Amino acid sequence: MARPVHLDPALVLLVAAGGALGTAARYLLITAVPPHDGWPVATLVANVTGAFLLGLLLETLVRRGTETLGVRQVRLGAGTGFLGGFTTFSTLAVETERHLADGAVGQGLVYVAASLVLGLGACLGGVVLAAARQRRKADRASRAEAS
Amino acid sequence: MTIVLVAVMGGVGAATRFVVDGLVRSRTRGAFPLATVLINVSGSLLLGILTGAALFGGLGPTVLLACGTGFCGGYTTFSTAMVDTVRLVQAGETRRAVLNVLGTAVLAVAAAALGILIVQALVR
Repeated sequence: MARPVHLDPALVLLVAAGGALGTAARYLLITAVPPHDGWPVATLVANVTGAFLLGLLLETLVRRGTETLGVRQVRLGAGTGFLGGFTTFSTLAVETERHLADGAVGQGLVYVAASLVLGLGACLGGVVLAAARQRRKADRASRAEAS
Repeated sequence: MTIVLVAVMGGVGAATRFVVDGLVRSRTRGAFPLATVLINVSGSLLLGILTGAALFGGLGPTVLLACGTGFCGGYTTFSTAMVDTVRLVQAGETRRAVLNVLGTAVLAVAAAALGILIVQALVR
């Protein structure tokens, strides 16, 4: 039996490389966009865009059918690595906890709820967009075949 | 130079997540994305401990950035938690989807609070 994907040194290294780039991008975003009136805007933006892009990426790749090595490398490097590193749950958790501990309970709850609702909406949007693009592509292909 | 340190630690965190995720998945069954939940909750506990150490124990800002923003940020993932939830909804597992998203959020915030409190208690 082949070695499991998560124990393949080359693929682990690929995830690490993608994760390093994604984390660097998030770091640049949080240094460029400081919290606004106590709202951790940078984390929210990173998490919501990352959720959209991961939904778009994974749905696009899964609709291509059987996973080739190249597709697997894109999924692991860009998805698991870059977007996994770009988004963060631990920072969201600590930021929420700090709000609650500081007595800004309302703001903390709105922040975590907005992250989850917008994150889910964005992710679903990415999945739906990828599916629609795939259908258009299939329609074009079948029309070309018919003509 | 801080960005290089944060990036490298983020890479280590992402690789750790990839391996932990694979190990948990190979040992569990069923549709519930337990691996992502475990990763996000344990990473939040660790970031809580680091935040507590910075607040009460004199942990320096560079170490906090490297281990917190870098490692914990790279290790935990919001995007996968969202995709896991959308997949559960698509599979008609609405209750599990709600349990996944709310459960992760509540446990992660509780873990972060626990991490901070542990350090606060130890330092006193």
